[in-house]
Amino acid sequence: MDFLGSELLAIAPVLSVTILSLLVLVVESLVTDSEKISYWVSVFGLLICGAISISTLDLTGNVFNHMVNVGGYGSLFATLFTTAALLTVVLSRDYLRKEHVSFGEFYLLILFSTVGMMLMAAAADLIIIFLGLELMSICLYVLAGFMRKRSISNEAALKYFLLGAFATGFLLFGIALLYGAAGTTNISYIVENYGKLAASPLFWVGLGLLMVGFAFKVGGVPFHMWIPDVYQGSPTTVSGFMATGAKAAAFSAFILVFAHQEFESGEKVHTALAFIAAASMIVGNIVAISQSNVKRMLAYSSIAHAGYMLAGLAAGNQLGRTGILFYLVTYTFMNIGAFGVLSVLEREEEKNLTFDDYAGLGTKRPFLAALMSIFMLSLAGIPPFAGFFGKYYVFVAAINAHLTWLVIVGVLTSVISVYYYLRLVMMMYFQESELQFTQPSSVSSLAVLTIAALAVVEIGVFPSSILSLINNLY
Amino acid sequence: MSGIPLNYFVFLSAILFTIGVVGVLTRRNAIIVFMCIELMLNSVNLSLVAFSAFHGNTRGQILVFFVMAVAAAEAAVGLAIIIALFRNKQTVNIDEINIMKW
Amino acid sequence: MLETYIPIGIMIFFGVTFGVVMSKASEWFGPKNPTETKLSTYESGMEPVRSAHERVSVKYYMVAMLFIIFDIEVVFLYPWAVNFRQLGTFGLVEMVIFIAILMLGYLYLWKKGALRWD
Repeated sequence: MDFLGSELLAIAPVLSVTILSLLVLVVESLVTDSEKISYWVSVFGLLICGAISISTLDLTGNVFNHMVNVGGYGSLFATLFTTAALLTVVLSRDYLRKEHVSFGEFYLLILFSTVGMMLMAAAADLIIIFLGLELMSICLYVLAGFMRKRSISNEAALKYFLLGAFATGFLLFGIALLYGAAGTTNISYIVENYGKLAASPLFWVGLGLLMVGFAFKVGGVPFHMWIPDVYQGSPTTVSGFMATGAKAAAFSAFILVFAHQEFESGEKVHTALAFIAAASMIVGNIVAISQSNVKRMLAYSSIAHAGYMLAGLAAGNQLGRTGILFYLVTYTFMNIGAFGVLSVLEREEEKNLTFDDYAGLGTKRPFLAALMSIFMLSLAGIPPFAGFFGKYYVFVAAINAHLTWLVIVGVLTSVISVYYYLRLVMMMYFQESELQFTQPSSVSSLAVLTIAALAVVEIGVFPSSILSLINNLY
Repeated sequence: MSGIPLNYFVFLSAILFTIGVVGVLTRRNAIIVFMCIELMLNSVNLSLVAFSAFHGNTRGQILVFFVMAVAAAEAAVGLAIIIALFRNKQTVNIDEINIMKW
Repeated sequence: MLETYIPIGIMIFFGVTFGVVMSKASEWFGPKNPTETKLSTYESGMEPVRSAHERVSVKYYMVAMLFIIFDIEVVFLYPWAVNFRQLGTFGLVEMVIFIAILMLGYLYLWKKGALRWD
């Protein structure tokens, strides 16, 4: 029993969120009118879990028979996921009340999917990646359809579910074939024996299917078709959570399997990734221009951002890995912020979601308009906001890896993206309209949005604070 | 495993997987699409068990247990989503589920 | 190695032939004089009152969903039961934790009334 105790201590971040989820489950079962209690338990619990994740940053090694990695990489992501979950939970409370679906189960599902994300980032074995991915996805299917009386939410849930399960099939077949080629599902074993395995066609087919599965989950073109519909139909705060937490989790596993020194000779892998990256940047940014719905525009922009991050992965070098992690951290804050502003302004029946509705926001709700402008400018990659440095590191990594054409595509599409991000800002400040924004916004939502905006500015001005943290991991 | 070579299992599972994929892409009833996805998962289980016997370790079989459990959870959630949708729209035909388009 | 399949082939052949011959034989040689009563679904039973293609109450789906989940979890008990002696106390504690988490889910759906029929 001795070794079990130390192993349990080593996976404290995952364990603490699991216990928190079970606690909320018990609260939901036993307490009547439980929404309020679940909310506060989730908020304070997530704060504690975040602190636990930070405290395990320095640990190394793996436990449970080479199944789970400890500390470092996993803990950094665990901190990111708990932060995303915390911001989402706080933002969701007003939103759920507004939409008349104020149930405590919402927080429960967010917590369970956070456990799945943390497992993915801490995985040392393909089995754990699969389990974490499914735990996350199944909760998100339900969250997408949380407004169960609304057709649009049902539709999002069904599309997400069918396509998500379809992609899981590919991922799983990839895992099976890799297992067939290598005789084990241990990631580090597979990576170390790359040279030997590369002779086997099973290995390549398996790796390819695995790449399809991951590309689907991060929303890279041509596996992106679910993203716009699902993000548009889901509750707005859930879309924010999917765009940040779920995407970061998928990237964490993607990096674990694909970003290794050993693969750098494997031209095929990186060429394929580079093409997915380029296609994502082009399709995401160009289709985003023609959108009139801000939520849908953000969905396409999230495809484009997946493309930028994939460029870092395609580079396959040290700087690329650092760049993606940095990008994910900044992206989490700016996108949860952007979706958060949407959720505050949205009214029932998907009102107040088009570009035209944002006209004159600068005079009517100056504070929210200012926050939204910060998030938009950061998403567009304009310095001194955090988004700029994310793109910068990823592109430099790609240049170092001789992927100059990819960087040219990236820079050109970034310029295109400035158009539609700034269009919203222009709408808010230089257009007038009679529309009223009478929705009250609670102090907690505004506080969370302010924190996200401050984080975007802070990381943008002092990128080294996050960079040194990431560099310590490798 | 004596007698039947590993290839046969891999081919069978690849054929089943392909049938599942084609079914997902061509069928229009949400429940049948979901059944095709289950077929894909089960074809993976078949190849995992075959590889497990071939390599002489149990890792593949362990994964099969997890796949079965996850597939069950997925089935429950999927049925619930389809029921919720049917209550609102009175259809499970995925061509008629098209509020959102680009 | 294909010759090992010959007995199976013979079995399949005879099985199919037997089935086809028997059902076709009664169709060809049997006397036929259909009446309305004979063509009804249950010749000597209740009159069918409604169409057979009817929507089933959603409660059955509920039970089905819960059954799938709790039924499949038993699969994890098998490997444990097989290795019960080697795993000893450690395995027992693990299994108790597993069942306890499952029980929390059960408690939840019980309290939420998912098991209530009406």
